[in-house]
Amino acid sequence: MTVAARAMISDVGAPVEPSGAGGTGPAATGRGRVRIAEVSKVYGDAANPVRALDRLTLDAEPGGFVCVVGASGCGKSTLLNLVAGLDRPSAGVVDVEGRATLMFQEPALFPWLTAARNVELPLRLDGLARTERRARVDELLAMVHLHEFALKRPHELSGGMRQRVALARALGQRADVLLMDEPFGALDAMTRDVLHDEVERIWRDAGLTVLFVTHNVREAVRLGDRVVLLSSRPGRVIAEFPVEIERPRRIDSPAVATLAATITDQLRAEVTRHGES
Amino acid sequence: MASPETGARTQAARIDAELAGLDALEIELRPRRSLAARVWSQVWPKVLAVGIFIGFWQVVVWSGWKPEFLLPGPAKVFSTLFDNFGDLIGAAGTTLGRAAQGFGLAIVIGSILGALVARVRVLRAAFGSLITGLQTMPSIAWFPLAILLFKLTNGAILFVVVLGAAPSIANGLISGIDTIPPLWLRAGRVLGARGVTAFRHVILPAALPAFVAGLKQGWAFAWRSLLAGELLVLIPGKTSLGEQLDNARQTFQPPLLIAVMIVILVIGVLVDELLFGTVERAIRRRYGLIDEAATA
Repeated sequence: MTVAARAMISDVGAPVEPSGAGGTGPAATGRGRVRIAEVSKVYGDAANPVRALDRLTLDAEPGGFVCVVGASGCGKSTLLNLVAGLDRPSAGVVDVEGRATLMFQEPALFPWLTAARNVELPLRLDGLARTERRARVDELLAMVHLHEFALKRPHELSGGMRQRVALARALGQRADVLLMDEPFGALDAMTRDVLHDEVERIWRDAGLTVLFVTHNVREAVRLGDRVVLLSSRPGRVIAEFPVEIERPRRIDSPAVATLAATITDQLRAEVTRHGES
Repeated sequence: MASPETGARTQAARIDAELAGLDALEIELRPRRSLAARVWSQVWPKVLAVGIFIGFWQVVVWSGWKPEFLLPGPAKVFSTLFDNFGDLIGAAGTTLGRAAQGFGLAIVIGSILGALVARVRVLRAAFGSLITGLQTMPSIAWFPLAILLFKLTNGAILFVVVLGAAPSIANGLISGIDTIPPLWLRAGRVLGARGVTAFRHVILPAALPAFVAGLKQGWAFAWRSLLAGELLVLIPGKTSLGEQLDNARQTFQPPLLIAVMIVILVIGVLVDELLFGTVERAIRRRYGLIDEAATA
């Protein structure tokens, strides 16, 4: 049943293309490219400026999976808000080719709607016809393996299931760029591991660009093609690590642990710097 | 020797199986009790409370605290109620008609006012505290002005009913909108809800529980104002509950007076409990605001 469901959904999102290959894939059209150039974000007034981001430069290639890690105060959420278009940078350029959608740390489902209606809402706001919407919702829920729970309300679902509904809702927007703000931070380790597999599969099948923010270094290494380390207060890129571990990866594999340890050491050095001043 | 493709497929199947297992473990299995059982669990405490009240009333009458022609016992009052049932129903019809008119008008005015004050900063600064202030104004104090403006007409009563109920309704909507989690608003924007669509798809449904609470409170104010109005603004030829109450006092019929009071109380409670209570509980259950384990 699941294989059949999967065959049906092959037209969700962009066509399947290995990243970097030619043809009509996202890499060829450039859709899904994210360019963040010399971006600064300052909150507050001139007398009391709070600098959240400082001349941050970061690119994500179409179909890439970029993980951003940093300690508290590195402006991770600010960064995603800027890319999602919820906020404007004080200086610099944020350029997203195609459409970006944002998944929050909390599922942010609307409690007055069933799982299916939550997924349907952005399609409705996009002006899709009802029959087309219903068919897409079925596909999307099947994709996150929740078709049996379509009529449940958010409070009747577990935390992991809610986050999957949120994922289906985000994917329904036919976005080219999926921004994820610590989406699995509040889940238990077992659920999180399975959802890592799930996100990885959907990312590959849909050819999305993912910008994934987390404070969990191992999670970043488990998922990313590249891990970007941010400094805190203000946030700027202090190091980038390509992750050359073959997929599928396991979060508890020695290769993941080794790279995670290297990154964690740098992160700790960065945190320590703030205690000294 | 699996090819990469079959490898990917078996991996997908494995993920699905794992998710199905996690979901099965995490979904709570709590059978919902039957409708009859739920209704009964709601009804019997109320029946008991009414029984205790009537018993207490009978004891006071027996104690001889007041002579029985002034304070009749339950039996006498209920037999009067049944004897005059037709008249009382007719009177209640008039009163309920006015209630529907006034409350309906209050819903329209209160909702528009609340939505505007909640969303427009200048209006909030100008009228926000005034609306709360209006709520503290005893509705009976409006009547002299209402009678001057509208004479002894239905209009005078409606005027006061609307003034009594609309501020509560507006306040309910305002507090509902004020307490929307900012995350929902951001999620709405990410999903493409802006302006009017944001209002329709995010803000209004999110504010609904508080709005219904405001309606419920507004009803209580409307019902009180209405009865006060009917006692003061006697319109010739129209028999209403307020008019019956006044009539029973003037013609010295204590059993009828208490019977009318019972009708007024019962209508007020029924509307509050059956209409607003049911709607409120249904919404709270839908929104997941009720701890089912605690109320089961």
